[in-house]
Amino acid sequence: MATLARLQARSTSMGQQYYYRNSVVDVFRKKENDAAVKIQSWFRGCQVRAYIRHLHTVATTIQKWWRGYLGRQRYQLIVKLAYYTMKMNLYNAMAVRIQRRWRGYKIRKYCFNYYYLKEYLKAVSETNDAIRDFRIMNSCTLFRCREALEEFAEMKDREEKKADLEREEKKRDYQARKTHYLLSTKQIPGIYNSPFRKDPDPWELRLQKAKPLTHRRPKVKQTHSVSLSDWLACTSARSFPRSEILPPIDRKPCQGPFRPVAEVLEQRYRPLEPTLRVADPLDGLKEARREVQRQEWARNVNDNMFLPFSSYHKNKKYIPTLHLSSKYGSDSYGRQHFRDENPKRWICDKDFQTVLPSFDLFSKYGKLYSKAGQIV
Amino acid sequence: MSQRQVLQVFEQYQKARTQFVQTVAELATRPQNIETLQNAGVMSLLRPLLLDVVPTIQQTAVLALGRLANYNDDLAEAVVKGGILPQLVYSLVEQNRFYKKAAAFVLRAVGKHSPQLAQAIVDCGALDTLVVCLEDFDPGVREAAAWAFSYIARHNAELSQAVVDAGAVPLLVLCIQEPEIALKGIAASALSDIAKHSPELAQTVVDVGAIAHLAQMILNPDAKLKRQVLSALSQIAKHSVNMAEMVVEAEIFPVVLTCLKDKDDYVKKNASTLIREIAKHTPELSQLIVNAGGVAAVIDCIASCKGNIRLPGIMMLGYVAAHSENLAMAVIISKGVPMLSVCLSEEPEDHIKAAATWALGQIGRHTPEHARAVVVTNTLPVLLSLYMSTESSEDLQIKSKKALKNILQQCTYLPALEPLLYDAPPNILKHVVGQFSKVLPHDCKARRLFVTSGGLKKIQEIKAEPGSLLQEYINSINSCYPEEIVRYYSPGYSDTLLQRVDSYQPLTH
Repeated sequence: MATLARLQARSTSMGQQYYYRNSVVDVFRKKENDAAVKIQSWFRGCQVRAYIRHLHTVATTIQKWWRGYLGRQRYQLIVKLAYYTMKMNLYNAMAVRIQRRWRGYKIRKYCFNYYYLKEYLKAVSETNDAIRDFRIMNSCTLFRCREALEEFAEMKDREEKKADLEREEKKRDYQARKTHYLLSTKQIPGIYNSPFRKDPDPWELRLQKAKPLTHRRPKVKQTHSVSLSDWLACTSARSFPRSEILPPIDRKPCQGPFRPVAEVLEQRYRPLEPTLRVADPLDGLKEARREVQRQEWARNVNDNMFLPFSSYHKNKKYIPTLHLSSKYGSDSYGRQHFRDENPKRWICDKDFQTVLPSFDLFSKYGKLYSKAGQIV
Repeated sequence: MSQRQVLQVFEQYQKARTQFVQTVAELATRPQNIETLQNAGVMSLLRPLLLDVVPTIQQTAVLALGRLANYNDDLAEAVVKGGILPQLVYSLVEQNRFYKKAAAFVLRAVGKHSPQLAQAIVDCGALDTLVVCLEDFDPGVREAAAWAFSYIARHNAELSQAVVDAGAVPLLVLCIQEPEIALKGIAASALSDIAKHSPELAQTVVDVGAIAHLAQMILNPDAKLKRQVLSALSQIAKHSVNMAEMVVEAEIFPVVLTCLKDKDDYVKKNASTLIREIAKHTPELSQLIVNAGGVAAVIDCIASCKGNIRLPGIMMLGYVAAHSENLAMAVIISKGVPMLSVCLSEEPEDHIKAAATWALGQIGRHTPEHARAVVVTNTLPVLLSLYMSTESSEDLQIKSKKALKNILQQCTYLPALEPLLYDAPPNILKHVVGQFSKVLPHDCKARRLFVTSGGLKKIQEIKAEPGSLLQEYINSINSCYPEEIVRYYSPGYSDTLLQRVDSYQPLTH
């Protein structure tokens, strides 16, 4: 009993103790729960973040490779393009070189001779001077013509004499060069420098000035015999095969697989046949227009365009026709209505239309099933 | 009354008639009397005297009528209306040479005033009788008939055709071969008047072989004859290339060039007209003239005369230069450009100036060398002033604008272009600036000169709409220079610099 009483006395405290011990756990339980939750949440967070980081790296890797691939593609395209443009520039530059040479050659050979033009202009100015030298006071024409011609002839004579003198001079100079050894030395006076003369012969002075000739190299003797190969070997473009001796008439045909001469010459001297594209300039139409305008500018005295005569009838009074000027007005038949006045003669009771609908004549073209009328 | 007294009355009457007619004829030589005579009704008085018995009275009456009709066209019309012409024509056939001469004079006097009067003459059948007169022995009669033909044919093509149909042309060519100078001259002028209207008429004249005879007569020393002959040849040559070639084949060059140095002004004018009509057609004909030295001769001819005489010569230079650039170069080396510039500045008349500007434009439009040759003589400011001046006629303005434009499009000689930068209106300025923009990118000395002469400054001051051609040219010029210089010369740069000075705060330590 005492224990029971003791136990009963203790039971409330036991109960309190039991409750207290359980509630203590409860106090810590919440804390610990919270702590556990916190830890878990943190850990879960780390997990998720690690996962997301992993995903990021994976995505980055994929994107990195993909971008690299795209970039390489574009780079290859750029390289291809650059290479292509470089090649085309080179071709263009080379084509320009070829075209430049060709154009210069074509113009110089076929179209325009600059030196001939210069000669022509010089000749024109000489003729002008000859004409201007006329000192005509009266109109005695033929006599003056002759005078000017005489002057011209005198000029020609003078020039000829000058040319003769120069030729003489050259010949003497050459002679002096050849005979330079006849020059006098200090010991031995030459034949032109005789001691009994006052001053030396002029030929002596010429010998002093002359330069001795060098040794002539042994020249290869040129054969003057003409063979067929000589004719064919002439490759300069415009020259006719020149030779002092014409080939003998009854020459036997030479040995060898040679083409006939006429054919070869024909091929060699074939005239230029440019295509239409080369022969015509690029802006042919524009040039033609400008040419027409230039001709009109040269030809027309008055530059104003002829105006049309539309204002010719400006002051003319309009006289209306009888139909329009009558006070009874125009007939409505033919304008407003087209049917007969007598209704008994109408063929149908609907009125004619003044505006016709479009009819589809060609809408069925080629779509019919029948082959009637089709071209075989 | 006795017979003698009766006859005396008739003699007195005849004397009175003779005296009247002779006095009237004499009075009609002076213009101031003619009004009075007309008011006094001289026509109706003279008319019956044409049918007079006495031949002298008839002839003097006809002569008086001719002089009256010569004076003005009212009187000529009165002659026509009075029905005098058929009477004249009828009497022409049978009368003596004095009458024929006087009657032809009347016909000529009537026909010269207007086409209607000439048509009236043709209608009354006068042409056939005049042709008969052309075959007469007396050179005076032939001369009068040829003169009448010339005046009739002058008006228009139908009348010329009527003259040709009457068969006058072969007879005129025969007249040309006669020794009398006056007859030759009149016949040549008649042929010239016939041939001038149309190519068919000119062909008719050529078919009769007129060209050879006319070409021979160029050598004749008489000035009036030369005038007519040269005019006839030029009227023939002007129609077509074939005619011009036929005239040239008659070997007129280089004889015609000596006519260009004649003392008489009109001979020079007609000779240069002839050369112009030949040079106009094709480049080959122009080349022929150039080869014969014609260009130098024409230039000397222009130098020696003034006014309208120069005009055909100036036009000839223009036509020659228009054909090709080689011919234009030939004109330049013959020293044509200074001459044309002198003409341009000297001449007061607008149409001669217009011709000179046109010719300069034709010379300078081909290549830069040609433009340089034209521009070196300082013609561009003159052309510009002609274009801008309000006193120039419209034709002159149009021609000078065209010439300016065409020369500027080829001009690469920059010192001559610079003055134009300052004065030119926008449409010309566009071309000037365009030429600068073409030349400056390639020439560094020119760039330096452009800056030092103030051209770059002027360029910056030009206001142009953005996107217009002028703006593009200005941009391309600006791109030839470093940016600092462009900014330095841009307007208002000194103001911006001063603003920067104002707004600058110096660093205080």
